Amino acid sequence: MFMEAKVLEKKKTRKTEIRSNNLCRYFLKHKYLYFMLLPAIVYYIIFHYVPMYGAIIAFKNFNVSKGILGSDWIGLANFKQLFQMDKFYQVIWNTLTISLKRLIVGFPTPIIMALLLNEVKRTTFKKTIQTAIYLPHFISWVILGGMLVNLLSLDNGLVNGIITAFGGSPIGFLTDDKYFVKTLVVSMVWKEFGWNTIIYMAALLGIDPQLYEAAIVDGASRWKQTIHITIPCIMSTIVVVFILRLGGLMEAGFEQIFVLYHPGVYKVADIIDTYVYRTGLAEGKFAMASAVGLFKSLINFILLVLANKMSRMAGEEGVF
Amino acid sequence: MKKRKNTIQIPTGSKIFDIFNYIFLSIVGILTLYPFWDAFVVSLSPIEEYLKTSIHLWPTKISIEPYSYMLNLRELWISYWNTIIVTVVGTSLNMLMTIMTAYVLSKKDLKGQRIIMFFIIFTMMFSGGLIPLYIVIKNLKMMNSLAALIIPTAMSTYNLIILRNFFYSIPQSLEEAAMIDGCSEIGILFKIVIPISKPAITTITLFYAVTNWNQFFSAVLYIYDKNKWPLQLFLRSLLFENDMAYQAGGESLFMLGQPMKMAAVMMAIIPIMCVYPFFQKHFTKGVMLGAVKG
Repeated sequence: MFMEAKVLEKKKTRKTEIRSNNLCRYFLKHKYLYFMLLPAIVYYIIFHYVPMYGAIIAFKNFNVSKGILGSDWIGLANFKQLFQMDKFYQVIWNTLTISLKRLIVGFPTPIIMALLLNEVKRTTFKKTIQTAIYLPHFISWVILGGMLVNLLSLDNGLVNGIITAFGGSPIGFLTDDKYFVKTLVVSMVWKEFGWNTIIYMAALLGIDPQLYEAAIVDGASRWKQTIHITIPCIMSTIVVVFILRLGGLMEAGFEQIFVLYHPGVYKVADIIDTYVYRTGLAEGKFAMASAVGLFKSLINFILLVLANKMSRMAGEEGVF
Repeated sequence: MKKRKNTIQIPTGSKIFDIFNYIFLSIVGILTLYPFWDAFVVSLSPIEEYLKTSIHLWPTKISIEPYSYMLNLRELWISYWNTIIVTVVGTSLNMLMTIMTAYVLSKKDLKGQRIIMFFIIFTMMFSGGLIPLYIVIKNLKMMNSLAALIIPTAMSTYNLIILRNFFYSIPQSLEEAAMIDGCSEIGILFKIVIPISKPAITTITLFYAVTNWNQFFSAVLYIYDKNKWPLQLFLRSLLFENDMAYQAGGESLFMLGQPMKMAAVMMAIIPIMCVYPFFQKHFTKGVMLGAVKG
């Protein structure tokens, strides 16, 4: 009995030895591949995982001279303080409402555009329209913001020029807090609707032309073809994009708002990200701002995991 | 309109729909571009002409003064140069890192590939946030240098996944054949994978280049010396801070009139407008691969 056990043990160690030997040989054989992976690993550790670890300052009384590790732990005090602030609920409310409005307007627009573009038979016309509507996607919010001011300003802006020409009174699209969010939503759609058609155009390209041929033989009109072939065929793409958008609900368009907002519209347009920036870097309350940021990351994470689950339930491959 | 097409085999309904569709799409296209045209018209107007009316549909009088003013602005050229450096160096680094990593991660059987992929994708789902990253960059002594605009954005996970999926879809038999011919793993990358993936690689190069050209928020955070400002940051101060000064009672708006601001805007977007239509045919493929399969 005893002997047998010993032999068995010996066998086991030899096995692991061989395995680790094999592993070594495997690494050596593929050393260039692993070597090529090194820069990326270093990059992700330094610029993604170290900051993730650094987020612990949300639980500390952060002191610049003591650094992240040296500062004193204060547990959930920052969060407690945060949850007592009206401002905190305001920025969350703003983030969610702006983001939902963007979803409601911004989600259907590219689908409709892609379907209409799909009906165009002349390639040059289609290409020209596509080139035109993709353009704003490639331009930064600084420049688009400058153009918006040019177009919407109270004095000498074209839109207000037209409004006054028809006898209306000029509207402060960018200055009045009643209009600011609407301007944000419309200008976001302007920037991204064209680009967002691409994914649907790709899905449309993938539809088997035989389906249409069969439908034509059966005498289906174009409208019927759209309803019974085109839309069902791109439905899975629509579902995935929708779920992904839900997962990104905490993103309300930071760069856009950062460029366009001003103290006059903080009440409606101050979102989590802008608030983190101002408290953290303008006011120097690092720990507090990190607590807000961490809160956002957590909600974001939960939303994404849920979105991924939903996408699996909808019969798609998980997105992650 | 569309309902009339329900009556089968009547081409008139279909024709009417086509006409409306073409008209509608043309209007959408024109409306999308109109802000650009308006900026262009304003940039060509003499300031007196600009102030006369709000509706500038085409240039009534042409003045090149706004452009000559901007062309003579030293700060513009400094920031332009900084942006060119960031775009060229940044995009090269982006592509080097992304191609290398995507290639290795596209090896289905490579040990550890899945774990590393998980760690990379996880960063898309969870981030430490703005402040901790700021502290890291400060500790790395990158503040106020162009490196802060290049190295922290050395890779985009999203683009990495697009390219990795593209590499993934290359038939393995090709690589195996090359392997039998005595090609090394590195050789396969350069002789087979890269040449085959040209559409994906050009698309991603464009994505990176545009991101680098447009990035400004990291400059807001990390760069405080005006001589190291990228173009976007210079434009932001030119376009927006003057307005704020004006609203606060200053007179800068009229010192730097709207035509000059729009001239600066045109100068910043011309490079992009010249380049991107040439890449257009590759977009669909690139986006599809990245977004659907992830």
